[in-house]
Amino acid sequence: MGEQITGAESLVRSLEAAEADVVFGIPGGAILPAYDPLMDSTKVRHILVRHEQAAGHAAEGYAGATGRVGVCMATSGPGATNLVTPIADAHMDSIPLVAITGQVPSPAIGTDAFQEADIRGITMPITKHNYLITDPDEIPRAINEAFHLAASGRPGPVLVDISKDALQADTEFSWPSEIDLPGYHPTTRPHSKQIREAARAVLSARQPVLYVGGGVIRGGATAALYQLAELTGIPVVTTLMARGAFPDSHPQNLGMPGMHGTVAAVGALQQSDLLITLGARFDDRVTGKLSTFAPKASVIHADIDPAEIGKNRTADIPIVGDVAEIIPELIIAIEAEISEGSHLDYSDWWNQLNRLRETYPLGYDLPEDGSLSPQYVIERLGALSGPDSIYAAGVGQHQMWAAQFVGYERPGTWLNSGGLGTMGFAVPAAMGAKVGRPDTTVWAVDGDGCFQMTNQELATCSINDIPIKVALINNSSLGMVRQWQTLFYNERYSNTDLHSHSFPDFVKLAEAYGCYGLQVTNADDVDSTIEKALAMNDAPVVIDFRVHKDAMVWPMVAAGTSNDDMMVARAMAPEWGSDD
Amino acid sequence: MSRHTLSVLVEDKPGVLARVASLFSRRGFNIESLAVGPTEVPEVSRMTIVVNVDRLPLEQVTKQLNKLINVLKIVELEDDGSVQREIMLVKVKATLDTRSHILETVQLFRAKVVDVSNEAVTIEATGAHDKLEALLRVLEPFGVSELVKSGLVAVGRGSRSISERSLRSVERPA
Repeated sequence: MGEQITGAESLVRSLEAAEADVVFGIPGGAILPAYDPLMDSTKVRHILVRHEQAAGHAAEGYAGATGRVGVCMATSGPGATNLVTPIADAHMDSIPLVAITGQVPSPAIGTDAFQEADIRGITMPITKHNYLITDPDEIPRAINEAFHLAASGRPGPVLVDISKDALQADTEFSWPSEIDLPGYHPTTRPHSKQIREAARAVLSARQPVLYVGGGVIRGGATAALYQLAELTGIPVVTTLMARGAFPDSHPQNLGMPGMHGTVAAVGALQQSDLLITLGARFDDRVTGKLSTFAPKASVIHADIDPAEIGKNRTADIPIVGDVAEIIPELIIAIEAEISEGSHLDYSDWWNQLNRLRETYPLGYDLPEDGSLSPQYVIERLGALSGPDSIYAAGVGQHQMWAAQFVGYERPGTWLNSGGLGTMGFAVPAAMGAKVGRPDTTVWAVDGDGCFQMTNQELATCSINDIPIKVALINNSSLGMVRQWQTLFYNERYSNTDLHSHSFPDFVKLAEAYGCYGLQVTNADDVDSTIEKALAMNDAPVVIDFRVHKDAMVWPMVAAGTSNDDMMVARAMAPEWGSDD
Repeated sequence: MSRHTLSVLVEDKPGVLARVASLFSRRGFNIESLAVGPTEVPEVSRMTIVVNVDRLPLEQVTKQLNKLINVLKIVELEDDGSVQREIMLVKVKATLDTRSHILETVQLFRAKVVDVSNEAVTIEATGAHDKLEALLRVLEPFGVSELVKSGLVAVGRGSRSISERSLRSVERPA
């Protein structure tokens, strides 16, 4: 008989075997047995956060910055339900996440016991898969499968709920040598016939666009994408989730498509005759009114998840597989066509797109009263901190401006909540990213609304030497909601004024949490304060940028309307120009 | 909208029925009939699911079903390429006057009487959906006091088995 250990010890050994080096979490009754052996682990670092939601977002930030599986841990009942938001977030944005929760002892399951919640049932629709483990012998297998499922195929969150008695009971530790999941075989190799067909479509298209989604980053296919773009000269648009997948400085990058995308990116999709869709999912924020989206385009749709293909837009050439395998094969197939005499010439197409790009560059007006422009702050932040820094955003106006004005050159440097739109994502995600990449400057670009949802984690950052930097774009309101009230609700500002130029005092709040607190109200002080913050590396720093509350995010495609009806400013539609 | 019969092979794991059923409900589908039971392979269960749905949403829901880790295979069984059966137990009011009529009907439909009392007979009938509906229509005038039906079960015609690799499953992309 092998060495007898507890289920809890088996869990910690399993985490070590799965090469989890960091776990974000909070202990509580049901998970308590696991925390005892965790204290002795030299391989797994546990970071005690202040709210389980932050544990989940920190694990997401860690995963986004490193490409590894993020791990969070919580107790049963409220601990577990506090993880629901980050789990749903990771599910929407395909982030590899393993959540471990304690459950009440198995004889108590189903009795409405203290701190009991059916977290497996609750998270069924928002996990890639989940487990309820009541037999300690099953812990290593479940953890092994959870890490495999989270990271492979289309990544996503996996929850492992373990009853307290399983953690306390004796077991033998045995790490499974192989994974036996008969119902799970993600297709990674693309069908060669589809690749050939796609290559021919590329060669015959006159107005193609590389429509690049977050899957290209998750799939580690950004180098291949660069090659494909350089080989073909085809214009590239990078969705909100794909910012950084292709350098913003590259002349072929038209920027972000969608509700707050560039005129050139939206126009390119609308006028295109071929969308080469790579790891993107035709989200409503990209397509606008679906029936009028890219009306003339044939669609090549490459995705590892067959359910994404044809879900919103019919694919003329579906390619199921890993973009990291698809793109190189597509390059070979296109090169073969070229060597047989086909040639690519998109000069007319580029003339048309360049006109759009030159006429409608991203821009903003400075507030007339001389107060601080949020776009200017974010633009300067990107310029001064540079493309090697990581930028994590919350959700709202500041997120869109950060997507538009920072300037991204590399994958994994832009972290945000795209699908679920989770306010409060920035601070914990930045914390997780900084833990994963301690030598990198990590900014949380946050709004004053978002910041007040999760800023308690500044304590975690101060105590655990995680010196993140927070650029607080403080417009004293729920800015994006206010923008919609301005545009669609007759400027009736119902419950969007947060008064956060009065309360709280963010400088004092930062200092109370052991951080540096700085405040900027004047454009002249923006650069010097950012420089100052960049030099502060012994503690977290919060800069309260007090910006004008009437600044709006432009361009904009109003929800439910057509991309063709995009506005570059209030009541100003772009001239799309003739496309023939 | 049209009726579709899906045969779904699943791992016999706790929660798998909830996963499948909740997937249908959150994608906005009503399950018309559902039957679950063991198969020739231990640890593999088979669900037969009948849904009334258009072709395109059906494709989406089968793709989503296939993403469930415990789902092994999904095959759509066409009406003319498969044998489909339901079982029905129906309790019919029977008096001395009507009893013989009822028994005649039972014979006509090759159903059988499984329980008799002074005021009622209970009839068991097996068959395809339409046959059971027809029997029910004939029995209704006598007074149906209780009706219970199983979900539909179905199997493809011919020698091939659903677990064979060669059988085209719904999820395979082009």
